[in-house]
Amino acid sequence: MSVLVVVECDGGEVKKSSLEVASYGSQVAQMLGTTATAVAVGEATEANLAQLGEQGITKVLYDAEPRLKDFVNGAYTKLIAAAAQQEDAKVIVLANSNIGAAVGSRLSVRLQASLVTNVIELPKNEGGQFTVKRGAFSGKALADVVLSSDRKILAVKKNSIEALHEAGKTAQVESFSAQLTDADFADAPKQVIMQEQTGGVLLPEADKVVSGGRGMKGPENWNLIEDLAKALGAATACSKPVSDVDWRPHHEHVGQTGITVSPNLYIACGISGAIQHLAGVNSSKVIVVINKDPEAPFFKAADYGIVGDVFDVLPKLTQAVKELG
Amino acid sequence: MKFLVCISNVPDTTTKIAFTPDNKEFNKAGVQFVINPWDEYALTRAIELKEAQGGGTVTVLNVGEADTEPNIRKALAIGADDAIRVNAFPKDAFFVAQQIASIAKDGGYDVILMGKESIDYNGFQVHGMVGELLGIPTVAPAMKLDMSGNTATLEREIEGGKEIVEVNTPFVASCQQPMCEPRIPNMRGIMTARTKPLKVVEPVGDAPRTEVAVYALPPKKEGVKLIPAENAGELIKLLRNEAKVI
Repeated sequence: MSVLVVVECDGGEVKKSSLEVASYGSQVAQMLGTTATAVAVGEATEANLAQLGEQGITKVLYDAEPRLKDFVNGAYTKLIAAAAQQEDAKVIVLANSNIGAAVGSRLSVRLQASLVTNVIELPKNEGGQFTVKRGAFSGKALADVVLSSDRKILAVKKNSIEALHEAGKTAQVESFSAQLTDADFADAPKQVIMQEQTGGVLLPEADKVVSGGRGMKGPENWNLIEDLAKALGAATACSKPVSDVDWRPHHEHVGQTGITVSPNLYIACGISGAIQHLAGVNSSKVIVVINKDPEAPFFKAADYGIVGDVFDVLPKLTQAVKELG
Repeated sequence: MKFLVCISNVPDTTTKIAFTPDNKEFNKAGVQFVINPWDEYALTRAIELKEAQGGGTVTVLNVGEADTEPNIRKALAIGADDAIRVNAFPKDAFFVAQQIASIAKDGGYDVILMGKESIDYNGFQVHGMVGELLGIPTVAPAMKLDMSGNTATLEREIEGGKEIVEVNTPFVASCQQPMCEPRIPNMRGIMTARTKPLKVVEPVGDAPRTEVAVYALPPKKEGVKLIPAENAGELIKLLRNEAKVI
């Protein structure tokens, strides 16, 4: 018996969300009195995979098949299922990402496993019941869910678990083959197009987010948002009305029907805080609201607030960040 | 071409969430239910593709008890041809996926569409499970869907970008914006929806694999700390020294 962790890599690096997933998996393994093995997908280097020892992983399986560099649902599912069989994995942990959740749902059927997505805490294994907490109702509620199958799959929400860093520990990297055939790559992408990111920070992976709403008055004023984001090393985002009128692209829209984010810091500029927007951001650790309307509902969900004009306040904040050094 | 569109019946997006006294179920009292907003993209796109092909059918499917029928009728009013309701509370994603897979198999559907997730349970699971149960590809979440003969070209959102994916029918796709502009029912649609067929069937398959033990509301914020606008730089110091997030 073991715990299997699915680690997503990109451009040789292990994604930050996967470091959290690895740390989650090794803590579950400890709880169950076993070890955690990782299976890596995407483009990885052996050195970076060995470093997963710092997150408590003892062994990493890696298939260097070049077609696995991009996400292919069929091939990834087969690879991970084969690793789960070899390692006799009772618990499989993945990121609650577009890749992790897509593979997790197929795996759960193939391996006859209970699946819980959007997991936000370590599980409890008490009185013969394996229970885990997840976010539901678009962040407006939490649910404790019991997994009844012998095998369990958990998709862990980003930034819910602190990544472990035990310096000096390394994992053993083993090459692994699931004997993939051309048929497993039938749904391989024809083309992959990456977006330009502000300051190179990816919104779903960002620790800090600076977001603008209708109060920004027009796309020509977004330099104020971008300047603060750059100074902080943050990603930029926007509210639904802003992406609806094409001031900003759809992939920046945060909210109930857009992206859900859970950064350490979310700064909302000129966003009133409709309940649908709050649903996309309310699991952020610290929320800052800047709005000239003191009655804006967002202030009720905020940790820090400034009642003032964004055009006046934003440059002051950017300046203050630069002065911090 | 036969389209199967799966819709979920969910609380309106402005709903204040509350639970029954034992915290085991969502409290429906006084809550307005709507078609899951993500599913509206699937429904409208299926109707558009059917119209473009000049033939075919759009069947709408819901797993739910009788109280979901007003929203099934709404989907018929928007333009679906007929509807199937699986008469059961949607206990978990696996339970729902089994119902969809069973109906999709028996009905020989070419394209199975649904929203990327429901806004109540937020599982993002059913589409992948249906694809696996039927042994066909799933593309999730899809931002664009075009058909040419039996081949579909889709844009799939990935973290930080998109993939262009081609699949042949039959396949499953879960939909999100900007796939299309969701339609709203017109008067003629509402009139014709009344007489369109709505078949009720009983559930099949194995037991659910997960169960909600208890719901809770997230912990409340302590209250906002306001910083005067003329002293805005002070906020940055607080974020570093007090909140320790920068």
